[in-house]
Amino acid sequence: MTTASVAWTDTDVAPRPLVERLHEWVTTVDHKRLGVLYIVYALVFLVIGGIEAMIMRIQLIAAHTDFVSPQVFNRMFTMHGTTMIFFVAMPLVFGFANYMVPLMIGARDMAFPRLNAFSFWLTAFGGLLLYFSFLGGSGLYGAGNAPDVGWFAYAPLTAKTFSPGHSTDYWTLALLVSGFGSIGTAINILTTILCMRCPGMTLGRMPLLAWLSLTMAVLVILAVSPLSAAQIMLLVDRYLGGHFFDTQAGGSAVMWMHFFWVFGHPEVYVLVIPAFAFASEIIPVFSRKPIFGYPVMVAATVCIGFISMSVWAHHMFTVGMSPAGNGFFVLSTMAIAVPTGIKIFNWLATMWGGKIQFRTPMLFCTAFLFQFLIAGLTGIMLGSAPLDWHLGNSYFVVAHFHYVIVGAILFTVFAAFYYWFPKFSGRLYSETLGRLHFWLFFIGFHLTFDCMHIPGLLGMPRRIYTYEPGRGWDTWNLLVTIGVVFQGLGTLVFVGNLIWSYFKGERAGNDPWDAWTLEWSTESPPPAYNFATLPVVRSRRPLWDLKHPEDPDWKYEQ
Amino acid sequence: MSPTSIFAPVSTPADSIFELSMFVLAVTAGIFVVVFGLLVYAVVRFRRRRDDDGSEPPQVYGSYEVELAWTIVPVLIVVALFLATARVIASVQHPPKPKDALDVVVIGHQYWWEYRYPKFGVVSANELHVPVSDPAHPTPTFLTLLSADTDHSFWVPRLAGKTDLIPNHPNSMWIDPRETGLYLGQCAQYCGTQHAKMLLRVYVDSREDFDRWIEAQRRPARADAAVARGRQVFETTACVNCHAVGGTNANGRFGPDLSHFMSRDTLAAGAAPNTPENLRLWLRNPDAIKPGSLMPAMQLSDEDVNAVADYLESLR
Repeated sequence: MTTASVAWTDTDVAPRPLVERLHEWVTTVDHKRLGVLYIVYALVFLVIGGIEAMIMRIQLIAAHTDFVSPQVFNRMFTMHGTTMIFFVAMPLVFGFANYMVPLMIGARDMAFPRLNAFSFWLTAFGGLLLYFSFLGGSGLYGAGNAPDVGWFAYAPLTAKTFSPGHSTDYWTLALLVSGFGSIGTAINILTTILCMRCPGMTLGRMPLLAWLSLTMAVLVILAVSPLSAAQIMLLVDRYLGGHFFDTQAGGSAVMWMHFFWVFGHPEVYVLVIPAFAFASEIIPVFSRKPIFGYPVMVAATVCIGFISMSVWAHHMFTVGMSPAGNGFFVLSTMAIAVPTGIKIFNWLATMWGGKIQFRTPMLFCTAFLFQFLIAGLTGIMLGSAPLDWHLGNSYFVVAHFHYVIVGAILFTVFAAFYYWFPKFSGRLYSETLGRLHFWLFFIGFHLTFDCMHIPGLLGMPRRIYTYEPGRGWDTWNLLVTIGVVFQGLGTLVFVGNLIWSYFKGERAGNDPWDAWTLEWSTESPPPAYNFATLPVVRSRRPLWDLKHPEDPDWKYEQ
Repeated sequence: MSPTSIFAPVSTPADSIFELSMFVLAVTAGIFVVVFGLLVYAVVRFRRRRDDDGSEPPQVYGSYEVELAWTIVPVLIVVALFLATARVIASVQHPPKPKDALDVVVIGHQYWWEYRYPKFGVVSANELHVPVSDPAHPTPTFLTLLSADTDHSFWVPRLAGKTDLIPNHPNSMWIDPRETGLYLGQCAQYCGTQHAKMLLRVYVDSREDFDRWIEAQRRPARADAAVARGRQVFETTACVNCHAVGGTNANGRFGPDLSHFMSRDTLAAGAAPNTPENLRLWLRNPDAIKPGSLMPAMQLSDEDVNAVADYLESLR
């Protein structure tokens, strides 16, 4: 089987004109190619967003620095946040879902291949619109400028009075356009999972990644719609004389907050549920045990999906809600810790009694468990409204959500990259470089984001381009900036590893990890049609059943 | 010791949050120790050994009993945390208001603070004066929070948690500092270009000092013939469009009230000490102190800058 796949790959890469190959990528409707497009697109923006973060960190290295002006700093944090959420994190999770879901459920493509391509190009166009603001933000005169309203763009700062020019419009349109792309992809993932599963794959036998992608897709549809509505309302305010959020004409700034966070909090779960999905696939394989408590993991995920729709106003504890309102959102926020805790315990129980192989993907997943535990605990602190009256909008909250987005999501995305790289490329990555990447990034991450909690506790608000000396913030900010250097180096090693391994890595074969889900039963990289004959499954680990016919899973599963 | 640490409360709302935060910290630290311990144990104990025979470990699929246990325990913890939190929410958001409480209206402006004392007819800016509150006979200060433009947030960590100032959405908060002194903070909701230099200074005065301060603020602005030229420049340029000086024809509302300008220690919402050099620099080129502030460079001649500065320095 291995020789056959090598022969196939070699004929496929026979040189053809570059234009022809590019044309194939642009016109493709293959879920795997679109998945790769999403991921490569996200990596480009990851580097751009990272550079923006570095500019901010250089500015904050000490009190009263003059590296950039306040105007530039404000654009940097707006662009960094918007880029990382909408043009890095979302495309990454969509890219992996696009690539993996059909393979894992034994389908030959997504349900709507053309919608898939359309959605990707909408998202791609949204990112270009956002960055075009650097050129066109102020119309034809001047050098233009990027939006500077913050990534949650609170009203009335977005009103014409406070944001003249077009930079805010580029922000609005970019999110609107990419939002339609996100909704399209979500509908596609949902339909694919519900309608395209191979024979024998009941809902209860789907890999956890499919269940979690299903939950993620539902959340995207529910969360991105109000965001898109709010963007349209903002455009009406700015150009058609509407007064939804225009406080000077009686509009409501608080209503924007509700619209934004009713998107914004489920969005956190849109991003972190795929992170859970990666961990739920990788931890069992490297522990050599099935996931502990599959039905409970599914229930906990769906439960998180439901509760996440009712916690949004914990972003608004300081806007003057009634005690009853605050109390409700404290309770719903803390309630979400229960299913989340169940997931952490189940991952631990999966490792318990196993034979854990610490290859690079497992290193990243172990760090994820540790960091997600801390992120959850600081989340409980922030969920307690009175603590949030201090910590909300301080550097503590910045540290907390970077613990989630970097410490949990980016770490598992790295794990997923290493885990599925052999499937994507047909080659093994370099384990040495993988470990180097892990340790550099792990050290950098903790230096930056552990230290970042402290200035928040000492009264440092977020989004300030400079700060006063003598408040005990200086040393911590210096350490935070030093950590960024390690993260930057780690990322370089990662990109270098991908490129080197793509050309020079060892041949991977179909199933380098001795894993159990369907994507490992086909060639690496998979052919355009994925499976020559559609697989038939009888349990959650079809490849285990094949490899252990004397002891198949379907005899034991809960 | 950081002057803005949340761990050094001197006022009841900050005290309540501090006590709650210690409880929450203890609970979360306990959870951390247990779960982190399990993780470390699993990583060390269940690593694949070098001499592993390559066989698969026992395949365990789950256990509903165990799942039930680690569902019920977190539920109980959540209930305890919620009850402790609800108690503090109620006590901070529904305080008793004694008769001799002081009322101050705080109005957030793009990059500065306006303070109004309706009972005394006093209008001031950027430096809030309140009386100390004796725990035996509390004289708390109740703040009504308004905004003239974008969202802002009032956060002086040693006195209370933050509350936002939102246009069309009046909020309130209260403080009862039990020690005199200067307490620092700053705007905690991104409000535009100079959000970073919208600093808060709360002076907690002894009762006598506070009464004396109020008395001084109630007097009309001083009229000194020696600085008549500066006053004339001030009143015949655009200064008066934005600034008010009590008892004169300067009654602008966009910028800070300057009637008792020299009673303040700082310029530009705390951005620089109020010294003669800084004042002249501020009049010539505000961007040198606070780039992006809404105070324009007035393009006055050196002579006029000095005259206006002399006039402002006479406003005690």
